[in-house]
This record gives sequence, C-alpha cells and structure tokens, in this order.
Amino acid sequence: MIWEFLANNSPALIIAIPLIAAFATSLISRVSTRARNIWVILALVLTEIFVIILLYQVFNFGTKVYVFGASSYNLTLPPDSGGIPIRIIFVVDAMSIFMAFTASTVALAGVIYSISCENEQTGQDKYYTLLLLMTVGMLGMMLTGDLFNFFVFLEINSLASAALVAYRVDRGIAVEAAFKYAIISSLGGLMVLFAIGILYGQYDALNMAMVAYRMQATGFSNLDKIAMALLTVTLAMKAGAIPMHFWVPDGYGKAPGAISAMLVTTTYASLYGLFRMCFTVFGLAANTVTLGWFLIILGVLSMFVGVTMALVQHDIKRLMAYHSVSQTGYMLLGVGVGLATLGTTAFNQYGLAAMEGGIFHLINNSMYKGLLFLTAGAIIYRIGTSDLDKMGGLGHSMKYTMIFFMIGALAIAGIPPFNGFASKLLIYESVYQFNPILSIIAMIVSILTLASFVKVFHSAFMGPKRYDVKEVPLPMLVGMGILTFFIILFGLFPNIAMQYLVTPAATALSDPVGYITRVLGGGSL
Amino acid sequence: MMSKIVRTQANFLYPLIMIFGFYIVAHGHLTPGGGFQGGAVIATGVALIAVAYSYKNVKTWIKKTRLTATEAIGLLTFIITALLGISRSFFYNWLANTGLLFGQPVPYGINPGYLNTAGTLPIMNFAVGIEVLGGLGVIIMYYLHYIKEVSKNAV
Repeated sequence: MIWEFLANNSPALIIAIPLIAAFATSLISRVSTRARNIWVILALVLTEIFVIILLYQVFNFGTKVYVFGASSYNLTLPPDSGGIPIRIIFVVDAMSIFMAFTASTVALAGVIYSISCENEQTGQDKYYTLLLLMTVGMLGMMLTGDLFNFFVFLEINSLASAALVAYRVDRGIAVEAAFKYAIISSLGGLMVLFAIGILYGQYDALNMAMVAYRMQATGFSNLDKIAMALLTVTLAMKAGAIPMHFWVPDGYGKAPGAISAMLVTTTYASLYGLFRMCFTVFGLAANTVTLGWFLIILGVLSMFVGVTMALVQHDIKRLMAYHSVSQTGYMLLGVGVGLATLGTTAFNQYGLAAMEGGIFHLINNSMYKGLLFLTAGAIIYRIGTSDLDKMGGLGHSMKYTMIFFMIGALAIAGIPPFNGFASKLLIYESVYQFNPILSIIAMIVSILTLASFVKVFHSAFMGPKRYDVKEVPLPMLVGMGILTFFIILFGLFPNIAMQYLVTPAATALSDPVGYITRVLGGGSL
Repeated sequence: MMSKIVRTQANFLYPLIMIFGFYIVAHGHLTPGGGFQGGAVIATGVALIAVAYSYKNVKTWIKKTRLTATEAIGLLTFIITALLGISRSFFYNWLANTGLLFGQPVPYGINPGYLNTAGTLPIMNFAVGIEVLGGLGVIIMYYLHYIKEVSKNAV
C-alpha cells in the first residue's frame, strides 16, 4: 500500500524533495552548519532512492506517466478535456530515468564532496540552495513530457549553474565566466521559448506527445523547420558541441570542483533534450537522415577539435573541460548514427548498437569526467593553483587522489577494464559498419585523449616532491569513491549496465510511437 | 534622509501601496495580477521607505536576514500546499469546492467574481507574494548597501 503510493508518486517526489530541501536550507542553516549538511545529504540520498524505485518500476512495468494536479495521478486525458492532455505531464520512459539516475548519482557525490571542500568558504547556505536547485533543474528536464515545462526547468538549471560558476569570485575571472555562461544560457532559453511558441501556435498543445502526434498528422511545415533548427541548435549549444562550445572551458574551468562535475551532467540534460526533440518530437515528421547527419557532423567536429584544443592547455580544469567537449562528440556520433538509420534495416544491424554505445558513453562519461573534475578540485583544494606547470610530486602525499585520478584517466582513454572501454568499443564497432572513416577518427581521438592525460598525470603526480601537503579529507574521498565504484562496476560488468540501464533506454528513445501512445492512449496502465 | 515633505508623502503613500499590493495578491485568481505582481508592488513600498528615510535608518527597521527568511517561508508554503494534495496527485487542488477556506463552488455564468473560491490557487498566490516581497526586498537592500551618502554642503 505505502510502497505502491511511493512508487506511483515517485516522479513528483523526485522533484519535490530537492525543492523543499532547497527552500528550507536557508532556514535550517540558522540552526547549525552540521544540521544543514546532514539535511542536504539526506535530501539527495532520498532523491536517489526514489530514482532507483522509479528505475525499478520503469524497468518492470514500462513507461510511467504522472499528471500534475489531476484527480488521479495517471489521468493523462481528463474526460472533459476533449482528448487533449491539458495538464503538465511527466513522462518517464527508460531513457528519462536512465538520465535521472546519472544526474542524481553525480549530484550525491558532488554534495558529499562539497561538505569538506567548501567548509571554509563563505555563503554556504546559498551554495547548497543553488546546488539543490540545479539538481531540480536537471531532473525536471529529464523527466518532463511538456515543452514549456522543459523550458522552465532549463531556465532554473541555467540560472542556478551560472550563479554557482561565479561562486568563488577569483579576482573576477569566475564572474566573467559565469557572465558568459548566463548570456549564452538566456539567449538559448529565449530561442527555445520562441521555438516552443511556434509549435504551440500551430498545434495548440505543449505536450511533446501531442505535438508529435499532430505534426505527423498534418505534415512537416516550414514553421516546424524553423522550430526544429532553433531547438536543435540551442540544445546542442547548451550541450557544448563544437561550433558553440566557447562557454564550456570558461564555465567548467572556473567553477568549484564539485560544481564542475555537476555541470557535466547539466550539459547532458541539454543533450538529453536534444535527443528527445530529435527522436520523439520531430522524429516521426522530419527527415531523420538529415537530422542524424547533423548530429554526426557535430559529434565528429566536437571529438576532434575538442581533443586537439585540450592537448595544448596548461590549466588542469580547462584541459578537462575541452576533453568534456570531445567526449560529448562520441555520444552525438553514436546517437546520430542511430537517428540516421532509424526505420531502416540497418537500424537493427548496427544503428541500435551505435545508440546503445552513445547512451552508455553518456553515463560512463558523467562518472569518470565527474571523478576527474573532483580530483582536480582536490588538487586545487590542497595546493591552490590549477596551473599544470606549477604542480608536481603530488603522488608522494596524495596517494588516494592519485589512484582515483589514474582510474579516471584510464577510463576516459578507453583502457580496459574500465567503463570507457566498453562504451567506446560499442561505438567503434557499430559506427565502422555505418562509415569506417568516422570510426577511425573516433579511435584517433581516443589515442590523443590518452596522450593528453599521460601528460597531466606526469606533471601533477610524478617527479620530486614540491609541495608539503596532506591527503584530502574523508568526505572528499567518499565523493570520489562513489563515482569510482560505478566506473569499476560498469567496466568489469558492462552487461549489468547494458541490460538494466542502456538497452531499455536506447529502445525507448528509438520508439516515438510507443511514447505517444503511452500519453495519448488513455493513461491507464 | 530626504526633506520633511518627501517623508510625509512617503508616510501617506506607504499604507496605500501596501493595501494595493495585498489587493492584487488576494485577487490573483479573479483579476489580472497575482502573487508575483502584488509582491513586487509591496516591495516598492520598501523601496519608497528606503528612499525617503536613508538606508542607514531603514536597515535597522528591515533586516536582510528577516527578508531572506520571509522568502524561504513563502517558497515552502507554496511547495507544501502542492504536496498536501499528493493523495490524488502533486499540485492537486485539494481545497476547491470543499466549503472550507476558499472552497466555495463557483456558480455558472457571468458573475462579479467571488473571492472565496479557487481552492489552493489563492494560497499559492499568497505564498508567491510573500516570496517575491522577501526576494525583491533583499535585492533592494543589497543595491542600497552600495549607495554613498552625499552631504548637503557638497552640492
């Protein structure tokens, strides 16, 4: 009874718990710092638990819907609405909950890490409020099935992230980075809003399933093309794909350590939005081959330009930020190949495998890139500089950080037995059947990634002892340990991740008809 | 601090601004406006007082910490009102048509607008009004924090 209640309401509770926690943080931090820390961690642990409950539900019983404000939680089409879903509906399919699992895990690791990383800084209550709001924004974008609601969560996410990037002023450099990020985000937000307005004007609906259904019925108009261009370009910009990547190195590079790790999942929330728009909203009406090649070209550009820019960096976090751009390229490539072959026989031969590779790479990259940013934060926390030329010999004293960094670096370079290998191999094999050149570029990028991280590892941890520092405190190691656990788990047993997370996600994403029927088919399970 | 004329005007206008603000918040479900607009009107009252009486005096009357707490309480009221309907669904309007507070059913047809209707909507309007009052109040106070006091002889 209580289990059923919690399971049915979990989509709402995943949003409600961090929201309540965020608003109450400023009141609770007046009691004591300790109470506030426990409160914030508890909120994110609860969120993670509900995400796992929902993951279990979606895996066993298929896509779940949650209608806000209706007399019953699954009443998508009220009897008096005339067959239109009028309320805000959360549609949680396997892809959404896969993303939510990634985001909430990284957020949990980030907040545990922050407890000791930020404990000597000022304004901590607002830091945690913003951190929780950022988590709400990400989770909301991933779970919602409503276009305008997507925009609202996108804005919550952008504002909270921009404020957090500027949190450690650092003589104004961080503020400049945050200003750039805020301008880009609000410009992007306006373009998304404009595109949603175009779609609303044509189809009298904001629900993604309804818009997709009516678009397929009436055909793909020129206005839809404009809306599609605005949405895909903006969301690709927010995901940091190459011609629009310029905010990424500044934003990632200047944010506090835990926030950099969470910004990775923030950009993947936008990447998820891009995939959702391409497959579900426009997938039935638009030409998926063109759209797929758009993603593939963005992906190849991001991979190659990202890694070549990373090779020349001397700032550890800027370097990792460029690698983040480069790794996003793999996901765009994998999912783009899936989109380009959607609906043909090639999709079952290698398209689905490419999508699985791209999606698997998404969770893998969130984990190891998060871990790398956390280790970079640990180094900066101890020695106070992010310049690689001034580092050296940290391996003598910061042994655990060094081990975590090694695991992260080997995972990003795609070395077995870590998780990067599993997803990259899937991408190489399937993309090779689509177009061998793309696969070869992806392999070259992987080699360059390894070269770049060998350089970082050598200059930060090897060599004679230059700094007399201690290992970072335990909560920071726990935060890194959570992410390391998933890296090793998914590396040693990729079939677990494939079976329970990735394959259902790829199947759900490539099935827009199933999504639409789930929402418009009446709502009863 | 401004001249006596300005201060008297401010004293006179302040209650009117407050009443107008509360009117907009309370009639949010009937007329244009609502929580955000009403809260913004109320916050202009804070701005007026701060202009008429200098920031030095006003900061002892209106504390930033209290405004922050107001903001948090407004937001919590909003989300908890939404959460109370969770036995049906999140954001379910559990007060409408119950006969309790704001629970009067709306009669069919053209009517002058009944205040005691709409269930949780007015409560959420009040919550947003409180939140915006706190939030904008804090913003105004932080802006005024950086104003330099110029002595009369300097002009």
